[in-house]
Amino acid sequence: MAGPLEQFEIKQIVHLPVGGLDLSFTNSALHMVAAIVLATGLLIYGMRGRAMVPGRLQSMAELLYEFVAGMVKENAGEKARPYFPFIFSLFVFVLFGNLLGLIPMAFTFTSHIIVTFALAMMVFLFVTILGFVRHGLHFLHLFLPEGTPWFIAWLVIPIEIISYFVRPVSLSVRLFANMLAGHTMLKVFAGFSVSLAGMGAVGLVGGLVPVAMNVALFGLEFLVAAIQAYVFALLSCVYLRDALELH
Amino acid sequence: MRIHSLKRWSVCAAVAVLAVGVVAVVDPAFAQDAAHAVGDAATGHGGEHHSGGLPQLNPASYASQIFWTFVTFGLLLWLMSKVALPRVGEVLEARQEKIANDLDKAGALKAEAEAVMQAYEKAITEARANAHKVIADSVAAADAEGARRNSELAADLAQRARAAEERIQAAQQAALGNVRTVSAEAAQAAVERLVGVSLGADMVGTTVDAVLKERA
Repeated sequence: MAGPLEQFEIKQIVHLPVGGLDLSFTNSALHMVAAIVLATGLLIYGMRGRAMVPGRLQSMAELLYEFVAGMVKENAGEKARPYFPFIFSLFVFVLFGNLLGLIPMAFTFTSHIIVTFALAMMVFLFVTILGFVRHGLHFLHLFLPEGTPWFIAWLVIPIEIISYFVRPVSLSVRLFANMLAGHTMLKVFAGFSVSLAGMGAVGLVGGLVPVAMNVALFGLEFLVAAIQAYVFALLSCVYLRDALELH
Repeated sequence: MRIHSLKRWSVCAAVAVLAVGVVAVVDPAFAQDAAHAVGDAATGHGGEHHSGGLPQLNPASYASQIFWTFVTFGLLLWLMSKVALPRVGEVLEARQEKIANDLDKAGALKAEAEAVMQAYEKAITEARANAHKVIADSVAAADAEGARRNSELAADLAQRARAAEERIQAAQQAALGNVRTVSAEAAQAAVERLVGVSLGADMVGTTVDAVLKERA
C-alpha cells in the first residue's frame, strides 16, 4: 500500500538537463501547465460570447475577476491598479494548484515548499524593489512607524525588520503546510479504510467510518484550498500596499 | 544623523538577507543542507518511506520546480494581463456603461412621462373649468329666455283677458239693450191683447226702463 507521503513524490516525465541543472518536466510541472491552461481556458472560453447577460462560465470568469479586483482595491489601494494582473495571476495559480490537487491521483504543486517559497520570494522581491523604486531610501521608513518615540525605536526597528524578512517564509510555509497536512490526512484516513477492509467482514463495515470521515475532510480541504489561495493573494496585496503607500 | 546611519544599516541588512534568500533558492548544496536540517526536525521517523522523509525536502527536484513555476507563472501572467483580463474588463465596462445609459434613458423617459401627465392634468382641469363655464352660461341664458317668455306670455294673457272683458261688457250692453226692446215689445203686445189698448212706444219704453232700473 502507498504511504501517505507518496502522493508528494516528484516523478520525471521528460528528462531535461540544462547546463548541469536538472530542469526535467515532472508531474509537478505538468500540473502547473494544467492549472494555467484551465485558468486561461475558463477566462477566455468563458468570455467568448462577451454576453451582456452572462451565462454560467462567463459568470464564473466575471466573479473571479470582480472578486480579485475588489480585493486589490480594498487591500492594496487605488494605486495598485496596474498590479491587478499580477495579484490575479497569483490567486488563480495558487487556487487552481490547490483545487487540481483535490482530484484523486493528481499532484498538488502547492504542497511543495520550494514552489510556494519561489512564489513568495517573487512577491517579496517584487514588492521590495517596487518600494525602493517608488520611494528611494525613504522606503526604509517602513521599519520605523511614524510617531515612534526615539527610546523605543531601537526595539521597534529590529522587530519591524525581522517581521519584514519573515514575510516570504510565513507566506510560503502557510500555504505549503496547509496543503501538506490536508492531503496527508486524507491519505492516512484512506489508508485506514484499506487496512480495515483487509480484516474480513467486520473490517469491511468498519472501514466505512474513515470513508465518511474522508468525505467530511474533503469538504474541509475544498474550503482550505480556496481560503489559502485567498490568503496568499490577500497578503500579497497588503505587502503591495506597504510598498505603494509608505505610511 | 541617527536616521541616516539607520538607513545604511538597514540597507546592509536587507541586501544580506536577500542574498541569503537567493543563495538558498539557487544553490542546491546550500538548500540541501538547510533542507536536511529542517527535514530531520520535521520528520523524526521517515523509515517506512524509501526516500526517507518528505519528498518536499529532497532538493533534487528544486531546480526543475523553480524553473517550471516561473515559466508557467510567467506565461499565466502574460496571458492574463494581455489577453484574458482585458476581455473581462471590457465586457464588465460595457455592461456598466449600458446600465448607466439605460438608467439615464429611463430617467429621461420618466421625466417625459411626468411632463405629459402634468400637461394632461392641466388640460383636464381646463376642460372641466370650461365645461362648468359653458354649463353656467347655458343655464343663465335658459333662465333669461324663460323669464322673457314668461313675461311675454303674461303680457299676452293680460291683453287677451282685457279684450275678452271688453267683449263681454259689450255683449252685456247689447244683451241689456235687447232685453229692453224685447220687454217693451212684449209689454206692448201683452197690454194690447189684455186691454185692447195700443200703448205708445214712448210710454212703454219709459216704463220698461223704470222697471229695469228698479230691478237692477
